[in-house]
Amino acid sequence: MITPRSLLVAFACFLLLGAASPATHAASPPAAPAPNDACLMCHADKDAKSAAGKSIGVDADRFKASVHGELQLKCTDCHAGLSPQKLPHADNVAPVNCATCHDKAAAEYAGTVHGVARKGGNTVAAACTDCHGTHDILRSKDPQSRTNHANVEATCAKCHGSDAIVAQAKLPGGNVASKFHDSIHGKALKGAAQGSAPTCSNCHGAHSIRPKSDEKSSVARAKIPDTCGSCHKPELAAFQNGRHGKLRQDGVVAGPGCTDCHSAHAIQQHTAANFQTEVIKECGTCHSDYLKTYRDTFHGQVTELGYARMATCASCHGAHDVRPASDPASKVSKENRLKTCQACHAGASANFASFDPHANRHDKARDPVYYYAALFMELLLFGVFAFFGVHTVLWLYRELAVKFGGGGRHGGPR
Amino acid sequence: MTTATTTPASAPASVAGMTQRYYRRFTGIERVMHAALMLTFVGCALSGLPLIYSDQAWARTLARLLGGFEGAGLIHRICAFVMIVVFVSHVVLVFWKALAGGRLKSVFWGPDSMVPQPQDAFDLWNNFKWFVGRGPQPKFDRWTYWEKFDYWAVFWGMFIIGGSGLLLWFPLFFAKFLPGWMFNIAALIHGEEALLAVGFIFTFHFFNGHVRPAKFPMDTVIFTGRISEREMKEERLVEYERLARDGRLAAKEAAPPTAESQWFGWVVGGAALLLGIVAILLIVYSVFT
Repeated sequence: MITPRSLLVAFACFLLLGAASPATHAASPPAAPAPNDACLMCHADKDAKSAAGKSIGVDADRFKASVHGELQLKCTDCHAGLSPQKLPHADNVAPVNCATCHDKAAAEYAGTVHGVARKGGNTVAAACTDCHGTHDILRSKDPQSRTNHANVEATCAKCHGSDAIVAQAKLPGGNVASKFHDSIHGKALKGAAQGSAPTCSNCHGAHSIRPKSDEKSSVARAKIPDTCGSCHKPELAAFQNGRHGKLRQDGVVAGPGCTDCHSAHAIQQHTAANFQTEVIKECGTCHSDYLKTYRDTFHGQVTELGYARMATCASCHGAHDVRPASDPASKVSKENRLKTCQACHAGASANFASFDPHANRHDKARDPVYYYAALFMELLLFGVFAFFGVHTVLWLYRELAVKFGGGGRHGGPR
Repeated sequence: MTTATTTPASAPASVAGMTQRYYRRFTGIERVMHAALMLTFVGCALSGLPLIYSDQAWARTLARLLGGFEGAGLIHRICAFVMIVVFVSHVVLVFWKALAGGRLKSVFWGPDSMVPQPQDAFDLWNNFKWFVGRGPQPKFDRWTYWEKFDYWAVFWGMFIIGGSGLLLWFPLFFAKFLPGWMFNIAALIHGEEALLAVGFIFTFHFFNGHVRPAKFPMDTVIFTGRISEREMKEERLVEYERLARDGRLAAKEAAPPTAESQWFGWVVGGAALLLGIVAILLIVYSVFT
């Protein structure tokens, strides 16, 4: 569209170009004009707007400092199809195609959650510039770069930490950036270990971000142990030796992995009381009978009240290296049980360790004495409450009748 | 004596300047023991219930109010210790009274004894008949059958809860000679019997002794130790007439309740009553959610 303003701009460009060329030719040795100067004649104005009202200003200094400026790229290297000789250019210019140079990254991106969404017409999904910027792109190792390790969290949080965008684009996991921010990883990123603490891209990748439902994703359920284990090596080894790791090796992907207990983004320090008391419920999602019998014990009641000083599942069974009691290496095997009890109960005897921490009042086969003791107590309670319940209700009825009713032969209602 | 027996049961507190007569029903030591039992029972109940209903939000709040599980545990153990001391001293006193006091017979049998008598069975039967309108209200002697039930329930409870509680308090010591499953049983019956005791005391004992229409809102005799002549004739006519017949009534006469004991009964006894009712409401709420 040709507007009075664009005509004016075009005329200014023409004058400048036309006036400058003969003069430089006349002067000796011709200093080649910087190739971007022609573009900047218009675009250097930071407030410049296109006919459609879009900002078209370019900060020339920032561009010069950018990785592309450093490589002395010309504007037209990215804004292909334009020529400084043919100005003014048309209003509608072709979008920049980063793939012209970055073909590998672009090809990778095309198959990712962002790339697929873009292709499907989702304009909210992140494209190259959403993460890298435009004219001011810096190398990732530059501390100022949007994609520097220290800044990735903020870059991703532009969308994944904005409740409005999360709701608009129905981003999976909700506001994951705020969860991550307060997590052990998020806190570490702000502390002394920031260089080695993981940020979003350490688990999700950068150009390879895929949804967890995608088998190729680094956060796919099956891949999680390896992804976490790339840093947490001893824990991964222990996990792989334990029953849960064996489940995974047997192809049971539903078996628990790291994030089932630790969560994905809101990971807490394992010593946090809240984590220790809450993770019990996680064990109970599969081991529900054992959670129930655990809650019948002092251990389970105190932890349910929110105090982590009592034994949790992991105190006796271990955390990553959970093994069945039949395995001699298990913390709860016949061989190791006493030692496990003694970790808290110093001086515990073999008798002490023969306490059943999962006694089940409904399981006659497991604990016959316990079963009958529970039955006896239930009958006792029922008997006493039934007898005195009837006694009290009748008594109340009679006294009320005496007080208010009068009339009957013995003071009751007729 | 003759004037006393002819006074109508509904006589007001003072007639023609004569103050109401009072008789001693509980000794000082019995009142102190009941008060200690009451306070430690409420203490144990409130500090123990959060464990039984650990899945409830109110249980977390209550545990926090009592200083977390460490604080609640300390309160529970202090109350338990005092309760055991009270119980043991009571048993020692009973035997002392019986053996050293030469009252073996009256302590273990007869109207002054807490031992159930054949008459109690008749009283129970007749009381039920009165409840359903098929007979007059029975007249009682010094201790009614429901009072004896309360009394022996404490004995049963002390052995069950106290015994299992000690096991759970000192497991390392007891595990030197007891097998592990005993601790499972101890934990089970400690909680179940506690529910029975709390459920019984905070409903039936409260109803029988205090909040039923004839007593509403509460009966302070256990706190003051003195029962008025009117109440005694209404509730314990057999005892009254027996004492009058034996010429022992005058010896039982006592000064009216002191203001302090009356105050203690209303305020501290009333507080225990309210806390107990709150505990029952919480239990009922938890059972139905």
